[in-house]
Amino acid sequence: MNSVIGLSSGVGKAGHMDEQDLSQDRRATLAILARGTETELAAPLARHWPDLAVRDLKRPEIGLVMVRGRMGGDGAAFNLGEATVTRAVVELASGRRGHGQMLGRNPRLARMAAIADALWQDAAERPLVERDILAPIRARLARAATQTRAETAATRVDFFTLVRGEG
Amino acid sequence: MYVAVKGGERAIANAHALLAEKRRGDTGVPAIGIDQIDGQLALAVDRVMTEGSLCDRKLAALAIKQARGDLIEAIFLVRAYRTTLPRFGFSEPLDTGAMQVRRRISATYKDLPGGQVLGPTFDYTHRLIDFALAADGGGDAVTPAATAPPDDSERMVRVTDIIAAEDLIEANPAPQDSQPVGDLTRDPLGFPAGRDLRLQNLARGDEGFLLALGYSTQRGYGRNHPFVGEIRMGEVEVELFVEDLGFAVPLGDITVTECQMVNQFKGSLTEPPRFTRGYGLGFGHCERKAMSMALVDRALRADEFDEERKGPAQDEEFVLSHSDNVQATGFVEHLKLPHYVDFQAEIAMLRQMRAEVAARLSGQHQAEAAE
Repeated sequence: MNSVIGLSSGVGKAGHMDEQDLSQDRRATLAILARGTETELAAPLARHWPDLAVRDLKRPEIGLVMVRGRMGGDGAAFNLGEATVTRAVVELASGRRGHGQMLGRNPRLARMAAIADALWQDAAERPLVERDILAPIRARLARAATQTRAETAATRVDFFTLVRGEG
Repeated sequence: MYVAVKGGERAIANAHALLAEKRRGDTGVPAIGIDQIDGQLALAVDRVMTEGSLCDRKLAALAIKQARGDLIEAIFLVRAYRTTLPRFGFSEPLDTGAMQVRRRISATYKDLPGGQVLGPTFDYTHRLIDFALAADGGGDAVTPAATAPPDDSERMVRVTDIIAAEDLIEANPAPQDSQPVGDLTRDPLGFPAGRDLRLQNLARGDEGFLLALGYSTQRGYGRNHPFVGEIRMGEVEVELFVEDLGFAVPLGDITVTECQMVNQFKGSLTEPPRFTRGYGLGFGHCERKAMSMALVDRALRADEFDEERKGPAQDEEFVLSHSDNVQATGFVEHLKLPHYVDFQAEIAMLRQMRAEVAARLSGQHQAEAAE
């Protein structure tokens, strides 16, 4: 979660992004959307874009991703086991295509994430997506991470080695 | 041999209805919810995910409910479910070094960069039954967990990296991301198996079986002098390369437990001695499983270190062929299905053998009587 929270939203740079920056920022956006809840996506979409024309290029689909690990943590890859994933691709009337993909089995959620991704790509809509969708999710994740880190820190342990007496 | 039988439909349907009734239990007691299983029997969920080889908490919790708490039955259900889904691809390998750590301990170093954090653990509890949890509303109210300001000044580097910085431990096999990675769900297991296939097999293997094998190595059946270099548990990001986008997209976080076992050294005429490694990784909080996996992983590397294979834990074919509890339960439990024809054949053979013995004995008696 560090990686997500640590990344800037990129809004300030809008209009001056080269392709590399854009895909970095879009990646960060997708990372946030993948962690959104149904309410966090549904409410702002209904409020700001109630009559959005959305075409399903890829209807929401549940499938599997084989999760890989590395031997010893950083060595050669091996297959650890699978995880359920839902994905969807939509197209807006503007022609912008959005991708939604996240762990779990929630077709509605994946489709809403795809819509939010498509909206975000439109420079005119991006500030609203940022303010009412991404920022609240990011804030919740940051709060949860802070709480977890504080609880974990309270269990930090200092062991003392008892020295055996000589003679 | 099992021979197909017909009939019994009504009895089977009634038995399943009875099972459903027994599953529900006393209707005066509220039915248990999936969220309750997920939240309050979390470690059972973790085990079903790891051995079911499918990371999905809600699904594993549902399987536990359907299986009446029989975890191997639940694992079976999860394994069957996964066969109904298409595969979208492979994730980027997890980066456990970037884990949002909730527990991290080491038995090799007292002081570590980033420190040791116990997290939610049974370690150091007294294993006394807590009757307060059984009281009316017992455990409903909990004292909020203590908090402390986290020390972010130091990264929690892997303990094995600290040892590796001094070149005191063998290097991990280098990532060769162009090489295909063996997958047991696609190709049948063959021997000798690469370490990738062995680790996949162990990751989904039965905890009890691997625990016993790991224990056997400690008791001398393939001794390799293990230390827990590090156990860490927490959240890691899963990423999937999406062709249309041209980059790896984060899909969210999963909880994993990792065990780095540091084992006694190996050197050669040309190489200085170094510690050797055993590795364990599983979904959720599965410490016992990850430790057992690491012990068995190291034991199965016997050939790499010219070790004589003496213990069962070092016997690759034995371990990998018997670790899967769904396969094992299938073959053991099929014994209770009708074997009537087979058994009739055995009875006929037994009767014939007995008749032959009786004939021989009576022949001897007659011969003796004649003498």
